[in-house]
Amino acid sequence: MADEALTAGQYIKHHLQNMTYGQHADGTWGLAHTVEEAKEMGFMSINVDTMFWSILLGVMFLWIFRRAAKNASVETPSGLQNFIEMVIEFIDGSVKGGFNGRNAIVAPMALTIFVWVFLINFMDLIPVDWLPGTMAWISSTFFGADPHHVYFKVVPSTDPNATFGMALAVFMMTMYYSVKIKGLKGFVGELTLHPFSSSNKLLQLVFIPINFMLEFVALIAKPLSLSLRLYGNMFAGEMIFILIAIMYGGGWALGIFGGFLQLGWAIFHILIITLQAYIFMTLTIVYMDLAYQVPDEH
Amino acid sequence: MNINLTLIGQSITFAIFVWFCYAYVWPPLVHALAERQKKIADGLAAAERGLHEHELAEKKAAEHLKDAKGQASDIIAQAQKRASEIVDEAKGDARTEADRIKAGADAEIAQEINRAREQLRQEVVTLAISGAEKVLKREVDKEAHANSLDELAAQL
Repeated sequence: MADEALTAGQYIKHHLQNMTYGQHADGTWGLAHTVEEAKEMGFMSINVDTMFWSILLGVMFLWIFRRAAKNASVETPSGLQNFIEMVIEFIDGSVKGGFNGRNAIVAPMALTIFVWVFLINFMDLIPVDWLPGTMAWISSTFFGADPHHVYFKVVPSTDPNATFGMALAVFMMTMYYSVKIKGLKGFVGELTLHPFSSSNKLLQLVFIPINFMLEFVALIAKPLSLSLRLYGNMFAGEMIFILIAIMYGGGWALGIFGGFLQLGWAIFHILIITLQAYIFMTLTIVYMDLAYQVPDEH
Repeated sequence: MNINLTLIGQSITFAIFVWFCYAYVWPPLVHALAERQKKIADGLAAAERGLHEHELAEKKAAEHLKDAKGQASDIIAQAQKRASEIVDEAKGDARTEADRIKAGADAEIAQEINRAREQLRQEVVTLAISGAEKVLKREVDKEAHANSLDELAAQL
């Protein structure tokens, strides 16, 4: 529901600002009260809401799965174990189908990505004002903060920091295993000797920078596309929820229409959040597989 | 929308989650799944084996039955043969016994005949003597004629 005191533009901006903790311009440490303040904090600040929700959801995921793993029984699986096993088998199938190397960390990583990203994305289905509204009420009631300046974003995947962070970790893993499997020489060779190669040494020397430029872009594009795809999809979905929420401030007819729109979009969004989690997982598996692929000699 | 420390925080969080999943979540679950799969496969294999063994046992039992039947008929045939042999033997025995008894009886009869003849002879001698006595009307000295009388008796 749009607050009467805010224009539509302010409402949207308010919803897109993270709760940022960092150093103010005057040297004191604290939460940013305006969008400009958050911007001024620069790199040495942290989005409290993103970290809070992602860690909370991640711990929830690990707690549930750990409980199932602890009580895992061969003879009589409980209901929870059945569900968990279903997820495990799905992930295991995806990993076996996409990853041809031998690395025990790929499957757990795929599981973590799939479930964690799904849970994070799922936060998008909670009506956009519920949690920020609750947070604003708590801060203003108990801590005397101005509710208009309490920012609280509940979907970590609409924060590029979160998606880039995950993609960065995946990227580092692929780099590590690339070098480990192919050797530093093989890894550099992969970057510089493709796609153009020549038996003429001089010509080859000319090709190396060209190859490197092409391959380096391809290399960087992987984590970038991985994170931007998730971020873009979730950001767009969140934006539509926010726009629909604005309708609630436009009279009862528009409000009811908005209600139906929100319901429809939320149902459609269930597909998107699952799909995005799946794509993130599958691409991670593919990138790990690429790291394990030794190019055929030529 | 600002890129800040959250980026690194997220990377580290992600790494820790992956590590935890790798160390404590994934192995026991996959292990349980694999073990169950193995158990089911083993059970099916055992059932298959049991079925096969059952078939074999049935075949064996049929063979045994056939053997037993053959043996039984052999035994019966032998017994029948032996029985007829015994009957034949008994018949032979009976026949010889009968012959023996008949021979004994014959001998006895002959003895009886002899004895009767002897007696008859004596009586005839006595009668002859008394007849002769009467014919001669005198007393014949038995002592004096005993020899001639014995001779006569022997000729009878």
